[in-house]
Amino acid sequence: MDKLKIRNRLANDKLMLWSICILSALTAVPLLAILGEVLLRGYDQLSWSFFTEPTPTAYKAMKAIEAGEPIPGGIANGIVGTMIMLGMAVAAAVPLGILCGAFLAENGKNRFAQFVSYLTDLLQGTPSVIIGIITYIWVVVPMKGYSAIAGSVALCIMMLPLIIRSTEETLKILPASLKEAGLALGGNKARVMLKVQLPAAFGGIFTGILLAISRVIGETAPLMFTALGCSFIRFAIDKPISAVPLLIWEFFNDPNLQELIWGASLFLLLFVLTLNLTAKYLAKKWNQ
Amino acid sequence: MNDKLYRITLFVSALIIPIVCGGVVYALVTDAHDAFEHFGFLNFLTSSEWSYTEGDERYGALPFITGTLLTTLLALIFCIPFSLPVALFVGEYFRDTKVASVLSTVTDLLAGIPSIIYGLWGFYTLRPIIMALDISPQGSSILTASLVLAIMIVPYAASLSSEFIKMVPNELKEGAYSLGATRAEVVCKVIFPMAGSGVFSSYVLAIGRALGETMTVTMLIGNTNNIPASITSTGNSMASIIANQFGEADSLRLSSLIAIGLILFLITALINMIGKVMIKRARIV
Repeated sequence: MDKLKIRNRLANDKLMLWSICILSALTAVPLLAILGEVLLRGYDQLSWSFFTEPTPTAYKAMKAIEAGEPIPGGIANGIVGTMIMLGMAVAAAVPLGILCGAFLAENGKNRFAQFVSYLTDLLQGTPSVIIGIITYIWVVVPMKGYSAIAGSVALCIMMLPLIIRSTEETLKILPASLKEAGLALGGNKARVMLKVQLPAAFGGIFTGILLAISRVIGETAPLMFTALGCSFIRFAIDKPISAVPLLIWEFFNDPNLQELIWGASLFLLLFVLTLNLTAKYLAKKWNQ
Repeated sequence: MNDKLYRITLFVSALIIPIVCGGVVYALVTDAHDAFEHFGFLNFLTSSEWSYTEGDERYGALPFITGTLLTTLLALIFCIPFSLPVALFVGEYFRDTKVASVLSTVTDLLAGIPSIIYGLWGFYTLRPIIMALDISPQGSSILTASLVLAIMIVPYAASLSSEFIKMVPNELKEGAYSLGATRAEVVCKVIFPMAGSGVFSSYVLAIGRALGETMTVTMLIGNTNNIPASITSTGNSMASIIANQFGEADSLRLSSLIAIGLILFLITALINMIGKVMIKRARIV
């Protein structure tokens, strides 16, 4: 009787171990499936012209399909748009985020700082589609048109909480003696922050920025009502502009352009995952 | 730069966050006001009509609230059998080993994939499977959307839960082992009771993510504006109706969409707040 009971318990233990291993391994399946599908369907579309030419019109694409040729053109307009909007968003979000993060790290216990910290969480949890609506109301309506500026405002709002958090957390885990040593040498707080604390926290903050970029670069919903999209390469920041995820959405909705989906997705996916892995690698390296 | 100027600079830049959040609420409320005034707040919430025939426009949020809650709930149910084992794998069974770090890299990468690519994969790979299995004739349904949504939230739930599982003190586990408990019994009788509230809070935060997910749901839910009859029928979530119609809407419809946005914002804010409070409590214990 007792032996049977023990055997049951041991069997249960084994069962638990194996089911955990199997179910965990299954979690990797979607990643492999997605990577595999995008790679297999997209790799032969990647060519020089795919990155240097703008998207074809639906008519041109239709003609090419009828003639049995590959669709001409590429996603250059999207790449340029993404870079412009991302550049502006980073230029605004990084300094602001670092300052705000420094504020939170320096005044962690005061009421106002806790309030700001709470709101940062709130902003971080806000669905991206709502950031899109807000930017539409704030920027697109007053400017009377969709623009690259509006798109970058949306991306900036999404990046801010991420940069603030990583700055705050990195500054907080620095040894207090570092700051005290700086102050003891006669530096004032600003100088110590600029010359001692921020350089020491550089690794963590940089990783945070990379992760923030990788998070927003694939965002589609907030750009749909702000940047709108544009079928040619454009550098003006007050006009509608395209972005890689917006192009994927366009291709998805246009039967004539559907062939281009996979090349664009492959590009976006590789870009995002490389950024992600780089950030993780750097974080590990700097932590040692 | 003297200390005072430094403090003021930091303070002023920190003001940006309250300003943005205040602006979000203010803009949503003022722009949603039209819809609420026209239909009445409660009526807007409980009406299931969404018709934009001119002169007789009727908008209600109920189908979309139902759609969002249904997809989120299903996603949560589908996500647990995978995220819980992953959390145990990383946080207990293979803690600090190479395999565990590979698995957590895998989940990190899953979290990094843009939602539009999840949508594409769901549309071109999962949807044909659903059709072949004869679950839903056009393949797009609440179920399809929730399945992909579940994959998307596994990383969030798993990484946070594994942190809480790691925090269970070794003495307790050792005590149980010394009494002859098997590992499975330690997990069920020591780790879960100790880390339970933390693990639970990580699911609350995962729900927060699933509620607002836009592109994936838009591509897979089928986009029909009525209350879904079953999980295999088509529908629309709050985020997906906004994504679908915001671009073409004006006046009353625009205001109604913004009102839906406001409701979505409030629901996510509430869920996230509950999650954060629970996490703080769980950390203290």
